[in-house]
Amino acid sequence: MSAHSGNSLKTRLGRVRGLGAAKEGAAHWWAQRLTALALVPLMLWLVVSLVALAGAPHGVVVAWVKGPVTAVLLVALIAALFHHLQLGLQVVVEDYVHTEWRKLALIIVIKFAAVLAALTGILSVLRIALGA
Amino acid sequence: MAGADRPLSPHLQVYRLPLTALLSITHRLTGVGLALGALGLVAWLAAAAAGPAWFATAGAIMGSTLGRIVMFGFAWALFYHLSNGIRHLFWDAGFGLELGAARLSGLIVVAVSLIGAIVAVGLGCALAGGAS
Repeated sequence: MSAHSGNSLKTRLGRVRGLGAAKEGAAHWWAQRLTALALVPLMLWLVVSLVALAGAPHGVVVAWVKGPVTAVLLVALIAALFHHLQLGLQVVVEDYVHTEWRKLALIIVIKFAAVLAALTGILSVLRIALGA
Repeated sequence: MAGADRPLSPHLQVYRLPLTALLSITHRLTGVGLALGALGLVAWLAAAAAGPAWFATAGAIMGSTLGRIVMFGFAWALFYHLSNGIRHLFWDAGFGLELGAARLSGLIVVAVSLIGAIVAVGLGCALAGGAS
């Protein structure tokens, strides 16, 4: 047992809790697969749409986004894409960055940036879809 | 840690990666690359929301020679990550893990990624024409 039993507000249970291997790995793994599954049809749809829109003028793209289905699918795609992406980048950082504070800082930056980028994308879709 | 007297595996400088290992690290690399592609998608949507002038600028960047090369890179990475991701989902379900099957599915992934990228970008360029 640890030498310092006193001098801390932490209980013995509190001191060991979270030190094992079992944390939130299963939830992370499951979320990665669920978003992957959602992205298979969504990305295929996006590629087909973007190819069809290649070189199209602004008005045509705006009309496409305003379509009854497009805006919903675009918002779903952006949400799934950035969730999937930040989960994946987190694993990459965890695998290759071994200095604890650097690893934590990078993961925080990635997660914040992913949220900001996703919000920018979703807001852009909504601005077009709800705009005059 | 470093210099520990124990076997290390595999030593990447002298070990020729088998196809499956090469495809595995490529999945990760394309994932990181596609994170940049996701930012590109958001930038394109934001440009469309900002109006015709911004959208024209985005279109000019994507339609330039360098832009088309980058679009091909993103398309290849997307088709690779998408098809190899489906391969991973089958593995997660317990299918196709035999050595021969894993090698065959890997070759299929390489073929699908190249064909998908060439068809998508080829069609896109044809539709966009020589404009800009």
